[in-house]
Amino acid sequence: MATTAALHAHAPQGFIRKYIFSLDHKVIGLQYYFLALVAVFVGMALSLLMRIHMIWPTAVLPLIGEIKPETYLSLLTMHGTIMVFFVLTTAPQGGFGNYFLPIQIGAPDMAFPVLNMLSFWTTFVGFVVLIAAFFVSGGAPLHGWTGYTPLSALPSAGPGEQLGADLWITSIAIFCIASLMGALNFITTTLDLRAKGMSMMRMPLTCWAWFITAILGLLAFGVLLSAGILLLLDRNLGTSFYVPLVVVNGQIMAHKGGSPLLWQHLFWFFGHPEVYIAILPGMGVASQILSTFSRKPIFGYKAMVYAIMAIGLLGFMVWGHHMFMSGMSPYSAFAFSVMTMAIGVPSAIKTFNWLGTLYKGRIRFQTPMLFAIGFVSMFVSGGLSGPFLAQPVLDIPLHDTAFVVAHFHLIMGVAAIFGIFAATYYWFPKMFGRMMNETLGKVHFFATLIGTYCIFMPMHYLGLAAQPRRYSQFTEVAYLHRLIPLNEFITYVAIITVAAQFIFLFNLFWSMKKGAKASDNPWEATTLEWSTATPPPHDNFGGHTPVVNHGPYEYNVPGAPRDYIMQTDPVTAEAH
Amino acid sequence: MGLALLVVIWLITFFSTYFFAAKTWYLPTGMSAATAGIDHQFAVTFLLMGIVFVLAQGALGLFVWRYRDQGAATRVQYSHGNTKLEVLWTTLTAIMFIGLNLMGSPIWAAERFAPAQAGAVPVEVTGMQFAWYFRYAGVDGKFGRTDPKLQDASAGNESAIGLDTTDPAAKDDVVTGTMYLPVNREVDLTLRAEDVIHSFFVPSMRFKQDAVPGLAIHMHFTPTQTGDYEIACAELCGLGHYKMHGMLHVVSQEDFDKWLAAREAEKQ
Repeated sequence: MATTAALHAHAPQGFIRKYIFSLDHKVIGLQYYFLALVAVFVGMALSLLMRIHMIWPTAVLPLIGEIKPETYLSLLTMHGTIMVFFVLTTAPQGGFGNYFLPIQIGAPDMAFPVLNMLSFWTTFVGFVVLIAAFFVSGGAPLHGWTGYTPLSALPSAGPGEQLGADLWITSIAIFCIASLMGALNFITTTLDLRAKGMSMMRMPLTCWAWFITAILGLLAFGVLLSAGILLLLDRNLGTSFYVPLVVVNGQIMAHKGGSPLLWQHLFWFFGHPEVYIAILPGMGVASQILSTFSRKPIFGYKAMVYAIMAIGLLGFMVWGHHMFMSGMSPYSAFAFSVMTMAIGVPSAIKTFNWLGTLYKGRIRFQTPMLFAIGFVSMFVSGGLSGPFLAQPVLDIPLHDTAFVVAHFHLIMGVAAIFGIFAATYYWFPKMFGRMMNETLGKVHFFATLIGTYCIFMPMHYLGLAAQPRRYSQFTEVAYLHRLIPLNEFITYVAIITVAAQFIFLFNLFWSMKKGAKASDNPWEATTLEWSTATPPPHDNFGGHTPVVNHGPYEYNVPGAPRDYIMQTDPVTAEAH
Repeated sequence: MGLALLVVIWLITFFSTYFFAAKTWYLPTGMSAATAGIDHQFAVTFLLMGIVFVLAQGALGLFVWRYRDQGAATRVQYSHGNTKLEVLWTTLTAIMFIGLNLMGSPIWAAERFAPAQAGAVPVEVTGMQFAWYFRYAGVDGKFGRTDPKLQDASAGNESAIGLDTTDPAAKDDVVTGTMYLPVNREVDLTLRAEDVIHSFFVPSMRFKQDAVPGLAIHMHFTPTQTGDYEIACAELCGLGHYKMHGMLHVVSQEDFDKWLAAREAEKQ
């Protein structure tokens, strides 16, 4: 593209244009990554406060004081919102996608660099607005990250539902706008800027994942944006999209005829695809890393591509499975349930293909590979509780219990975070020119794997024993008393696991300065980012455009001189 | 490293499965007609998912150890996949998932498609921040009019839901904060909410349904054992969500009639 080429003729020299308002997708990718890094530590701190409050409800904490039940709900709301939007959507797509999609397809930059910069800074503003909710009068909202109406629509329904709730909705609306800009950019870049020879079916699976994720984002965030604007209107201009005639604290509210279920439909029409927005890039990264470190082609490349597409398509037809107990027609529950079970099929295909990739490989155990293996394990564990919750009849005992919390934390929380960790350890050498410390990486991996399993596996048992989610204490309902010891166990493990994340943080920053120098291709990988300099030059390939001759995962090709053929290697007799 | 992974993954798999199978923490004993069907569907789902879980994690652990890099002698199979295998596991998982779904559908249909049988006890459940109220129709079998303007939560019971006593049908309506039901007789529930969404969750009855402002949702269940059961709120409804708690007393038909008569007498 002419515009892209013109912008990249000369790298900007000033600090502000180079590092702050940069048009370079690599800098923007890192900006997204570090925003997500700040967000994930904030979100994690909030979850730790929640866990502490659950088992020591009257504890007085330094600086914070005693956490009240309504504060607990604010923490819960902000934890969910920060993690889903500003971590799980921001790091895998905005961060790694931005940095590596153009390089992996052989482009000098994203299709619309200015739009790219704008989308990051819009995201940043969204984050600031969200955090501001903590500091306004009334504090952050208590309606949960799902913001069910009428609770989220009525300022008098609880503390935090005044200005805090308006900021919360505004932040999400801003985030939607940013994501729409990002999605357009990703789609255009993938379709238009691929290097010569980079056919769609030669793209690394990471690129496929980012591409389909962008399409999901384009279709989903627009709906959430509209839903959020309607909610702001209900709250501030007296409309009644979501609120029927209700009486709060003895006061008749000035609303009439709205539908609380409308919000749920709109929210989950976004919300379910959002789950895949969070996890698809992780799937792509896991595929890339499993193949590279098994020294084997990915098993069933085409099946993997079709599975990503199928998940994307079916992802838009299953939102009702969040609403089986909501009062929605029980007949539609049947349809949503069938579609949800169907989405398990492409997910299973991916798992089998990952196992097929490992089978008869020659596995190297550097840290990126450990996290990719952990990703598969988490994906299996989190995925298999899905078919329980997909059945309306089992939602009768399980919906809105800790079982659901366990399910989505394993699959879209921990699995996606493992994807982010795997990607960090894998691409760190390319991004910073140095290797991360392997010993610290391995300690971090085992602590995180065991820790997260010990946190989230027992939550299934709590859910089975009917512990409702979003309870700040277990003292008021008698049958929950016997679950307190297990809750204590989870809190203790959470404290240890959170502490282990500082090993990662230390490794990240220490390695930037002190890590061993990385070669251009330390993992002996095949895709385009490993064929350019480390770190990549401003225009990614130093003035020339790569030509692609091979598929993305050609390892141990019989007759080849070494155990990998890079995508840019010349065509020889033995390669195909 | 391969061995460490194998041990860790297998241990996680073992302990995870063990605590499910040993039922250390498990569904509370079901005391309603729906229990058998729901619990059976859960057991079948658990068995199938459990098998897949153990096989998949087992294979993952085994493969990473068995196919670890052992130097140049390690032979790598150059393969881009196997279409037959893809078709096979796609078909098998599709049959398993969709089959499981179809198996559970009749139970769902019985719970939610059909209305309550004739002769069921009509009870209206109203959720509000942060209490449940239960209304019984009295001898006329009809619920009287309510009016939001008359609501006074602090006065409790009839006033809490704004019962309009000028309506003749409302005269004999009884509103309580504790739910009584006769054993082995279906209850015909009408679920309402005054302010925000609440969810009426009675684990021992295998019952859960959101109560939504603006909607009157009809549901039914049949308690099969006398006893006292806890009602929890399962939908985030505000700062008191965790203590929005109620009691269900399932008693014999005679005791139920006596209790209702006493409440009627109290009202007069």
